[in-house]
Amino acid sequence: MSYFCTAILLNSVIRRKQILEKVIEINNLYKKFKKIMAVDDLNVNVYRGDVFGFLGPNGAGKSTTIRMLMTLIFPTSGSVKVFGMPLHQNRLAILARTGGIVEKPDLYNYMSARKNLEMLGSISGREIPKKRIDEVLELVGLTDRQKSRVKTFSFGMKQRLGIAQALVHDPELIILDEPTTGLDPQGMKEIRELIFFLSRVKKKTIFLSSHILSEVELVADRMIIIDKGKTVVEGYVKELLKTPRVRVDLDTDEPQRASDLIKNSLWNSTFEGVKENIISLNMEKNAIPELNRFLIQNSINVFGLTPKRSLEEYFLNITEKGAK
Amino acid sequence: MKNLLFFELYKIFRKWRSYIGFFAITALVLIIEFSIYYEGNKYPGYLTRNLSDSFYFTGNLLNGYLISYYVMMLLVIHIPFLLTLVAGDLLAGEATMGTYRMLVSRPVSRFRIVTVKFLAGQIYSLLMLLWLAFLCLGLGTALFGTGELIVMQDIITVFAANDVLWRFLPAYLLAVLSMGVVVSLAFLFSSLVENAIGPIIATMAVLIVFNILSVIEIDFFAALKPYLFTSYAQDWKLFFNAELDTAGIFKSAAVMLFHIVLFYSVTLFVFTKKDILS
Repeated sequence: MSYFCTAILLNSVIRRKQILEKVIEINNLYKKFKKIMAVDDLNVNVYRGDVFGFLGPNGAGKSTTIRMLMTLIFPTSGSVKVFGMPLHQNRLAILARTGGIVEKPDLYNYMSARKNLEMLGSISGREIPKKRIDEVLELVGLTDRQKSRVKTFSFGMKQRLGIAQALVHDPELIILDEPTTGLDPQGMKEIRELIFFLSRVKKKTIFLSSHILSEVELVADRMIIIDKGKTVVEGYVKELLKTPRVRVDLDTDEPQRASDLIKNSLWNSTFEGVKENIISLNMEKNAIPELNRFLIQNSINVFGLTPKRSLEEYFLNITEKGAK
Repeated sequence: MKNLLFFELYKIFRKWRSYIGFFAITALVLIIEFSIYYEGNKYPGYLTRNLSDSFYFTGNLLNGYLISYYVMMLLVIHIPFLLTLVAGDLLAGEATMGTYRMLVSRPVSRFRIVTVKFLAGQIYSLLMLLWLAFLCLGLGTALFGTGELIVMQDIITVFAANDVLWRFLPAYLLAVLSMGVVVSLAFLFSSLVENAIGPIIATMAVLIVFNILSVIEIDFFAALKPYLFTSYAQDWKLFFNAELDTAGIFKSAAVMLFHIVLFYSVTLFVFTKKDILS
């Protein structure tokens, strides 16, 4: 009995430790390129098992931060710890446990997909058996094209091969910089499923930068939004999005009459404006059916009452406020 | 280190541009050898025409050794241009392709990356000279046989057939050093930019300017010559002096080694401090 209790206690301690273990710890990070401050006092904490969304508009400093994490560029100041170790002093040990793609998936075009993985695997700090290459190719769906030269690949296939090279040495931390860029909807779905698989089944920690915000919303547990190199907000995705009011787009063939009707009713306070025949409303999500009934009762043809994608809205609000 | 070196050599020899130098050398040597083969004894006749009134030449003067010496004299100046195609691409080529990002984010130190690429460049240069040696000494002696080597420098020296082959080996080694300087220079330029065309053209420009300065017979340039690495490019000929100029050979080797180490060290410094932005 006591053995059983100790085991439960130990398991609980281990789980707690895992939850609290910081895999990435960035403190007061700065990167300056001549006169441009690309990263400005950035602070980020990523915990073991996180799927961490790293968001920001173009030029926010996402790729610069990722380049610093992958030791491609040197910080101007600040500290970066990965697996609890200072990054630059422990570069080799950290990179042996880290895999990533940075920006475009540029590979050796004159080699086959398999050769790329074999070659890059051979300098990954451990022996990569052939079986592992087979597994990774299977995982990204390139088994059939493994012998084709990369120059014959579509962008989407290169992207998948880029992910494969990040996974080939079975890293604990996976850093993905916009991994769905250039993929079709099916490809995006596959990458999303792959991220779920790596996170939930393989228990990897994933640092995911993306400009496709709904993607982060779907896969990330925690996230940070940065703008102009600074942290705008950081926290759990669900917590950050826990807002009762959302923007709702009303699509109708009579926007003017519908606007007048709303403005002259109890729904007046929800009205925000009309743009390209779409009426914007700001309201609680659960009031949408009631509004729908109200419009129909007043002979308004409703083609759509669409709540805007929450994170996108949130992201725009946050970054626009920052800009102002 | 072994895996990385294999990777680098694999990359070099998977690119068609790496074979341009080999094809060019093969074509040139074959053209020279076959033209001499069909032109008969004109070339040794040209060498000995001023002396034929006073001396009587017997034996096989047109032999593989003479061809090797002659071809080496012609090509050692030009091979560096072919080497820059590969050496200038070693680092900048990764930047152009965007593969720097994947390479540098592997658990390999930047010191190793630079060192292995540098070694791969030097191995490539060595292989090119070995190929030249094979074509000259191997094919040359197969086509023309062996015999005495007649060398015309400040004086005319005739080496006995059994006194020639051993001279070629260190001569090729000194030529390897000379090529090594060029590879190192192109490699240095390659670390500074993100497009391989720049280092290739810059190295060629340096070679052209230095080669011209090395041969101009003006006092001002004479003072400059000891500092130009191109002034030592033809020092492999020192092994074909009647009396070996050991001091000259060591000085030449030392100057070229110094340049190699200098260019490599600067490249290492640049690359280890470099932000990979490609």
